[in-house]
Amino acid sequence: MEAQAEMNNTDAQTQDAKTHSIDISAMNRNNEELSLDKETTCMDVKNMDLFYGEKQALFDVNMTIPKQRVTAFIGPSGCGKSTLLRSFNRMNDLVDGCQIKGEINLEGQNIYDKNVDVAELRRRVGMVFQKPNPFPKSIYENVAYGLRIQGINNKRVLDEAVEWSLKSAALWDEVKDRLHESALGMSGGQQQRLVIARTIAVKPEVLLLDEPASALDPISTLKIEELIYELKDRFTIVIVTHNMQQAARVSDYTAFMYMGNLIEFGNTDTLFTNPKEKKTEDYITGRYG
Amino acid sequence: MEMTTDIHSHHISQQFNNELEDLKTHLLAMGGLVEKQVQDAIYALTEGDTAIAEEVRLNDRSINDMQIRIDEECTRILARRQPAASDLRLVMAVTRATSDLERIGDEASKIARHAIKLAEEGEPPRGYIETRHIGNHVRNMIKDSLTSFARFDTDLALQVAQEDKSVDLEYRSAMRALVTFMMEDPRSISRVLNVIWVLRSLERIGDHANNIAEYVIYLVKGMDVRHSTPENIEERLNDME
Repeated sequence: MEAQAEMNNTDAQTQDAKTHSIDISAMNRNNEELSLDKETTCMDVKNMDLFYGEKQALFDVNMTIPKQRVTAFIGPSGCGKSTLLRSFNRMNDLVDGCQIKGEINLEGQNIYDKNVDVAELRRRVGMVFQKPNPFPKSIYENVAYGLRIQGINNKRVLDEAVEWSLKSAALWDEVKDRLHESALGMSGGQQQRLVIARTIAVKPEVLLLDEPASALDPISTLKIEELIYELKDRFTIVIVTHNMQQAARVSDYTAFMYMGNLIEFGNTDTLFTNPKEKKTEDYITGRYG
Repeated sequence: MEMTTDIHSHHISQQFNNELEDLKTHLLAMGGLVEKQVQDAIYALTEGDTAIAEEVRLNDRSINDMQIRIDEECTRILARRQPAASDLRLVMAVTRATSDLERIGDEASKIARHAIKLAEEGEPPRGYIETRHIGNHVRNMIKDSLTSFARFDTDLALQVAQEDKSVDLEYRSAMRALVTFMMEDPRSISRVLNVIWVLRSLERIGDHANNIAEYVIYLVKGMDVRHSTPENIEERLNDME
């Protein structure tokens, strides 16, 4: 009797396996190669040089940032990855002596054109920094801040936006009972997700993340990474990270930069399993210091 | 750490859960196909059905494809997720298991080739009873090794290792019988040789199923039991408890 039951069990399992076995094409799902050629362009960088005073920090960078994908910039310290990221919403304008040649287009429009409204640009291209920087206000007001600046004060609209943003940032369940408490009482990981909620509250198109998890513990880091994965359906995400494993985990495309040059840019699977350039290989395998 | 079948589904990254889950599903799917190949090959041989034998030869390609796909998945997980502990063992066990499954597929294809040859030569030679018997035996071993993989069941895996020993015994006694046939009737030598190749393939299939069972023990207990006797494995499993 027992033996019979066992037989049935294994038969069921095999049957199960067989139904799978017919559909090899389903196995392709994950293996579908992402390719930049097939992507819609969100931003593109053309022949870009950047100088800090006399010193050139970026050399003739050309790349396209695909829409609703995660693009990671990796490279050793001082390679220009943060500089490049910051030029995507003109943060470098704030640096004295910073000069830019070439173009960066957002949806086809050069963001360095004279008639571009920088405040509006920064609404469309939001940024999150390494250290969580919540305002010394309540959680609610932190998220509502950007909307209030835009002149939105309708409570119902704000309530909805705050809830949507906190839910999107995977923070709602943790803070919904203390929305009016100070944001400074949150943990570092929560603060960083709050900052992301604040950034997405104004519905930007692009989210720039500059080392968003490097000040966090491993678990908070994984939560941020999972958040990035969930957000990419709605936003184009560009992330700078020192941690190349993080780039491998979260990104669809990876750009490797070295001494102000873009060395290699391609789909993350390929870049981490079979890079084309020796410099990339040396860096990701830890042969270059 | 003791493992349960849902151990790979509690990562913070839902995507990582899915990748590991897919990996297991794909391995079992490949296993299911391989098992069917062995079953069909034996059927083709004993029933002299060349159409089915041709089919087996053809299907071998999709098994090879599956191996490549699953190995790609493993490579990608290693490169992108840097799995640790039970996750790492799962990926290692899967890459090893795909290579054994692929080899089982090759053996099934060889059996099908001999089935075609034997059918074309007409009159079935002796030795089919032994073939069918050992064939059923190793088929059950494949099934059990896959089930033990699906359920992380080390007891069943150990049972597969023990079965392998009895398959080896049956193989040797069948060989003796076939050698006797050849001595009795030298005209049958070329045909009986084909049956011997088939038996040899079946015995190899048993070894591969045994390997898969050993990977299950590695996966669940973190203990590498390759090149050990079943008694030895049992002892080490008991020591762990």
